[in-house]
Amino acid sequence: MKALLKIDNLNGGYYGQDIIRGVSLDIERGDFMGIIGPNGSGKTTLLRLCSRILAIRAGGIYFDKADIARMGLKEFCRKVAFVAQDISGSFSLSVAELVLMGRIPHLKRLQFETKKDLAIAEEALALTGSAGLKDKMINELSAGERQRVIIARALAQEPVLLLLDEPTSHLDIGHQIQIMDLLKKLNHRNNLTIVMVLHDLNLASAYCNRICLLDGGKISREGAPEEVLTYQNIEAVYKTIVVVNVNPVTKKPNVILVPGEK
Amino acid sequence: MNKPPSKRLWVLFLLLGAAVIFGLAQGAARIPLNELLLKENQAVLNMRLLRILAAILVGSGLSVAGIVLQAILRNPLAEPYLLGTSSGAGLSAVIAVILGVSRIYMPLAAFMGAVASIILVYALASERKRIADRSLILCGVIVSIAFSSIIVFLVSLFGNQAMHEMNWWLWGSLQVYDWKLVLLVSLPVLLGIGAIYIFAQDLNAIQLGEEEAAHLGIDTQKVKNILIMITALITASLICICGIIGFVGLIVPHMMRQVVGANHKALIPVTCLAASIFMVGCDIISRTLFAPVEIPIGVITAMIGAPVFIVLLKRGQGAAG
Repeated sequence: MKALLKIDNLNGGYYGQDIIRGVSLDIERGDFMGIIGPNGSGKTTLLRLCSRILAIRAGGIYFDKADIARMGLKEFCRKVAFVAQDISGSFSLSVAELVLMGRIPHLKRLQFETKKDLAIAEEALALTGSAGLKDKMINELSAGERQRVIIARALAQEPVLLLLDEPTSHLDIGHQIQIMDLLKKLNHRNNLTIVMVLHDLNLASAYCNRICLLDGGKISREGAPEEVLTYQNIEAVYKTIVVVNVNPVTKKPNVILVPGEK
Repeated sequence: MNKPPSKRLWVLFLLLGAAVIFGLAQGAARIPLNELLLKENQAVLNMRLLRILAAILVGSGLSVAGIVLQAILRNPLAEPYLLGTSSGAGLSAVIAVILGVSRIYMPLAAFMGAVASIILVYALASERKRIADRSLILCGVIVSIAFSSIIVFLVSLFGNQAMHEMNWWLWGSLQVYDWKLVLLVSLPVLLGIGAIYIFAQDLNAIQLGEEEAAHLGIDTQKVKNILIMITALITASLICICGIIGFVGLIVPHMMRQVVGANHKALIPVTCLAASIFMVGCDIISRTLFAPVEIPIGVITAMIGAPVFIVLLKRGQGAAG
């Protein structure tokens, strides 16, 4: 199978200073890829290069064989959607208005939303289990509800690939599982390919079929959770002692932190 | 929050109609409304109609310019004169007075001064072909201060009778007598508002953040440049006919955001109408309160605007906390 997103010997970062150096990674259709690594390892930078916020300095990223730097921005956003940690600031916008923004890449300059766009936005809300929030204002939502709505907006773009930057970092464990379950469902039933940056190794282990471990802007390990999440790999990259055993329910690796002070 | 926007628009239209009729009826010369249509009063009717038209243009133009700058700079204090247009126009007009340029060319001088100051601010703020919001605001403030001090310097050096005319620049006036000039100015103002409305959904996205907007396929640098240039053109055109009128571009958008929300598709038309009503009302007060003495309109907008703004701010804080 040809890769949906092919990252080829990529270099890039901020103001000519490369943070990502020589990263090559193939993301296949239907993948649920987790990008992990310590702070400053380049996880978010890699994601921002993939979402075209940062310019590629060397190497390339290819979506379905097309160089993303040469794609029209709107065309790109019809295929690849991005979900940030949270939306900053408080705005008196309704949930429906926010989700409808997901249709922007599908509209021409002088075109206003049609009934079809409204229907797609409502469907996205229903898929994320937030149809009941439609008429609420954004600043009335809880953090978990807001994250579902932001994912709904991304779905309204009708993407093939969804990029997420630590979408659960502001949430309690109940809401973390809710969001991860939602993403898993979209991955399975809607065949949405997912690439997400996350800090929580056990969430990555439980949900991702592939994990990419970054260290100092380079890929340290890449593969199935069992291959990547070994105590040797984690200790080498995070410089911290851990115990890895098996989650009794999922049979996936379970990382246990060990305090340095006894 | 869910009242259909069209209903609100009709209410505002009716209010504006009432304000216009009231504005026609009021003035230094007391003439009953039914006699205003008589031939001998045609000049008065004409004059009042022109002022009201100017008030509507100024209100809708400045408030929409304020909306755009507040959204793209994500700064609630952004207002149409932020980018140095007012002091640029003022300086250019002062120089024109000193050089003895005919009064007919004053609007042109002011317009050119405003445009020149925006170009200067933009050039100072750009860095690696990108414009950072903060440097744009800072450069606007610095250019404004520098130009204002040059104005005061020139006025104190060359201070004479002609300079008293400059006062209306600084506090604004809707005393316009030239139909052609008002019609000429209405062209860029109305086209500009129309063009901005086309970008309503872009503004919705950009107010959430530049990266948010880019993730929705919006070329943020290009859209920002286009919108800033349109607001600059609107502001510069309006300065020609009315000088500097503060507060309307700041408070009316804020008030309307509390009423209809931050969706620019509703916010822009509602604010246009509300700001027109506000300006027609302020104009009535400015010319009737101490008639026949006319109080500069900028003084009225500030005197009404400041307390209203503070009340709204306190109420908003109460709701948030």
